[in-house]
Amino acid sequence: MRTPLSVRIFQSLPRTAWLALAIFAAIAWIAIPAAHLLLPEGHALHVSAYTVTLLGKILCYAVVAVAMDLIWGYAGILSLGHGVFFALGGYAFGMYLMRQIGTDGSYGVDLPDFMVFLDWKELPWFWIGSDSFLWALFLVVAVPGLLAFVFGWFAFRSRIKGVYFSIITQALVYATMLLFFRNETGFGGNNGFTDFKRILGYDITSPQMRLVLFGLSAALLIAVLVLGRYLVTSKFGRVLAAIRDAESRVRFIGYQPTQYKLAIWTLSAVLCALAGALYVPQVGIINPSEMSPANSIEIAVWVAVGGRGTLIGGVIGAFIVNLAKSFFTVSFPDYWLFFLGFLFIGVTLFLPDGVVGLWRKLRGRRPAPAESDAPAPSVATKGAKA
Amino acid sequence: MPLSVPHLLRVFLLAVCCTLGSAHAAPSAETLARLADDDSDTRIAAIAELGAEGSAQSVALLDALAGEALALTGAGRLVILTDTGALDAATGEAIEPYPDDADPLMVNNRIRNALHSAKAATNIRATDRATRLAAAQLLRDSASELLMPILEPALAVEQDKEIRAILALAVARVNLASSEPAKRILAAQRLGDSSDASVKAMLAALLDTNGNGQFVEPDAEVRAAAKASMQAIERRLAMADLASTAFTGLSLGSILLLAALGLAITYGVMGVINMAHGELLMVGAYATYVVQGLFRTYLPEHVDSYVLAAVPVAFLTAAAVGMLMERTVIRWLYGRPLETLLATWGLSLVLIQTARVIFGPQNVEVANPAWMSGGVSTYADIVLPWNRLVIIGFAIFVLLLVWLMMQKTRLGMFVRAVTQNRAMAGCVGVPTARIDTLAFGIGAGIAGLGGCALSQVANVGPAMGQGYIVDSFMVVVLGGVGQLAGAVTAAMGLGLMTKILEGWAGAVVAKILVLVFIIIFIQKRPQGLFALKGRFVED
Repeated sequence: MRTPLSVRIFQSLPRTAWLALAIFAAIAWIAIPAAHLLLPEGHALHVSAYTVTLLGKILCYAVVAVAMDLIWGYAGILSLGHGVFFALGGYAFGMYLMRQIGTDGSYGVDLPDFMVFLDWKELPWFWIGSDSFLWALFLVVAVPGLLAFVFGWFAFRSRIKGVYFSIITQALVYATMLLFFRNETGFGGNNGFTDFKRILGYDITSPQMRLVLFGLSAALLIAVLVLGRYLVTSKFGRVLAAIRDAESRVRFIGYQPTQYKLAIWTLSAVLCALAGALYVPQVGIINPSEMSPANSIEIAVWVAVGGRGTLIGGVIGAFIVNLAKSFFTVSFPDYWLFFLGFLFIGVTLFLPDGVVGLWRKLRGRRPAPAESDAPAPSVATKGAKA
Repeated sequence: MPLSVPHLLRVFLLAVCCTLGSAHAAPSAETLARLADDDSDTRIAAIAELGAEGSAQSVALLDALAGEALALTGAGRLVILTDTGALDAATGEAIEPYPDDADPLMVNNRIRNALHSAKAATNIRATDRATRLAAAQLLRDSASELLMPILEPALAVEQDKEIRAILALAVARVNLASSEPAKRILAAQRLGDSSDASVKAMLAALLDTNGNGQFVEPDAEVRAAAKASMQAIERRLAMADLASTAFTGLSLGSILLLAALGLAITYGVMGVINMAHGELLMVGAYATYVVQGLFRTYLPEHVDSYVLAAVPVAFLTAAAVGMLMERTVIRWLYGRPLETLLATWGLSLVLIQTARVIFGPQNVEVANPAWMSGGVSTYADIVLPWNRLVIIGFAIFVLLLVWLMMQKTRLGMFVRAVTQNRAMAGCVGVPTARIDTLAFGIGAGIAGLGGCALSQVANVGPAMGQGYIVDSFMVVVLGGVGQLAGAVTAAMGLGLMTKILEGWAGAVVAKILVLVFIIIFIQKRPQGLFALKGRFVED
């Protein structure tokens, strides 16, 4: 008899991991809200609105990093364009937020301000239904999911992989960014969406709403970690790892790598989109610069810093890099790019398994098997096949 | 005041006719008086007289009026105000003391237009070709019956072919409104030599019907001539459009080729994509900037030849940076191509920030040398800018050098050997590690050359190279690795395709269409246009 799904999910994580998740949930859902709402400002343990927003933002990034780790760490697909799914999720939810402004915009009419500015008289067809919360949630999942599916179907079908795939995803994100920069596209051009007022009728700037969004981000992260862990320990995950290590052999055995890759690729894109949808109401703005190639490639470095093929590594990496970013861009703005640049180089050269790998090495444990993107003996054939 | 056009015309013609015979005489006191008249028509007639007469003093008067320096004193005397004092308008003598009550004459738009035409009428007799050309163009654009007495004599004496053509066009334009059908037919035929869209519109207007269903142009023969001319212009405009699109496409293709050649070599040899390749373009461009600065400081008399000196400097600087990158970072990441992407991206960030620290975040100014500014005028008003022509030539030159290097030297042979089969090349004694470094240096150097070329047509700034990595990679993907012919075909094809699509759908849509095209293309030809022959093991 097959083990029930819930039990299999429960068994996919070790007991310490469940404990850690429980502690994390307690901090995110009880300790931080209490410290934010109950303690007075100036109290040593008070958590300011800025900190809540920053942490909420990083939680969304962490979800993206875990999604990235699923495809890069476990399937060997490096996407340099994951920002496009993140931003599309954000835009899809942003449309709803724009409609929620209602007649409170600068022009006092029901159209979003930028449309009035462009002298548009009515909503374009793709904005139909955007005032419905459920439709917005559907779009958040459907649009990036569909794009990822179509793009992935074409790419994996013709066996585009390795650096080819990476560069093409970068071209994808770049082209989409250019598209969204145009005013005629209908998403606010340069300025994107901002000045949100409310969600489901509730004030978006109130401390309670801030904490709800923060708590939802934490919940999403926990769910993604559990789901990811379940997937990579399942049979599906083992086939993915096999594809990562020797795709041709997997094909010869009789599997179809395309389907597996397409499934994990689309799932990863949808997870990114969900993170984007939670990110936008917290930071209060979405614009095309979220899709700049530099942002997307930064996602890869979060995973690299934390350690690929570990899931939790993405979370650690996202926190380390983004906390460093908030510190540097405030204190030493000129040195941030140097830091980031040397981080890219240093991590790939000296920490191939990231922080988690370093931790395991220090604890004297064997690193997780085969985490580099190609086994060493293939070096000789690389030049030849290219 | 209601204006009667025949009245104006009469005044003007009279003025022109009266004075044409008496060229180079000083303007009469009576003309001067009319210049300060209250009635605009009278003043315009006086301006036309002065313009047709064209003596130095008249020109000075017109200039003064245009600059609102011509003033009327309380005593009714016309004076020219200068920075230092005042001159009598009739005699040119200085006036002491300075007339404090002088009131500058007003210049309204009609007067200003009349001044422009009058100025052109004097300039059309100038000895300097450029002045005459500008005057002829102005007369053509404002051609009217009033100007015929100026246009026809000017056409009769003009020697320069280009100016003659412009003047003939202007005359034809005026004749098209003539009352004699024969003149109109001739004019309509003459206008067929033009390649101007506004002329086409003028001819098209003749073929229209008015409200009663009658043609604007009553004579059928004139209409036929106009139609034939119109089609000739249309053909010429379409050709010109196509030619200039092809030219900009080729020039974009040359830059893509310069950017992609180096990438094709390094990708071919090592199978890694150098994400800092665009920044090597930037290094080359800044090297050009530095050489320009050195020339300006130490060799100001030879400043125009700085570009020639910048070419080797850009190559060597970029090559040095490239070899340093290979030795310190890329070498250690062989067999991990995806991580090389990240590490080289990090290198690009460091290079960009370094450029920002050294040269500042703003774009720096790299000037075209004198021999590269301007352009060659060709068929149908297309001007091919020299700097773009030079870049196309330079790309061909670099391509030739790379071809010679790859095919005729020992190093090139080794590079090709490592590209085809690294293990086997190593077995027969090719020092693969050293070849890697050298190939990387050469690839980087070529990128530096590309940057040197780019500095002549684009902005030079720290982030200038960022956009090129994707484009150059597309060239490599499309052309196939390790094939010069593939790189050339792909670069030119992408350049032309981008420009044609841009003209048709705008820059952004063009970019997206090109991307979609490449994705579809890879479905059919995953190895590129010109794949290496042979069988290879995957993974």
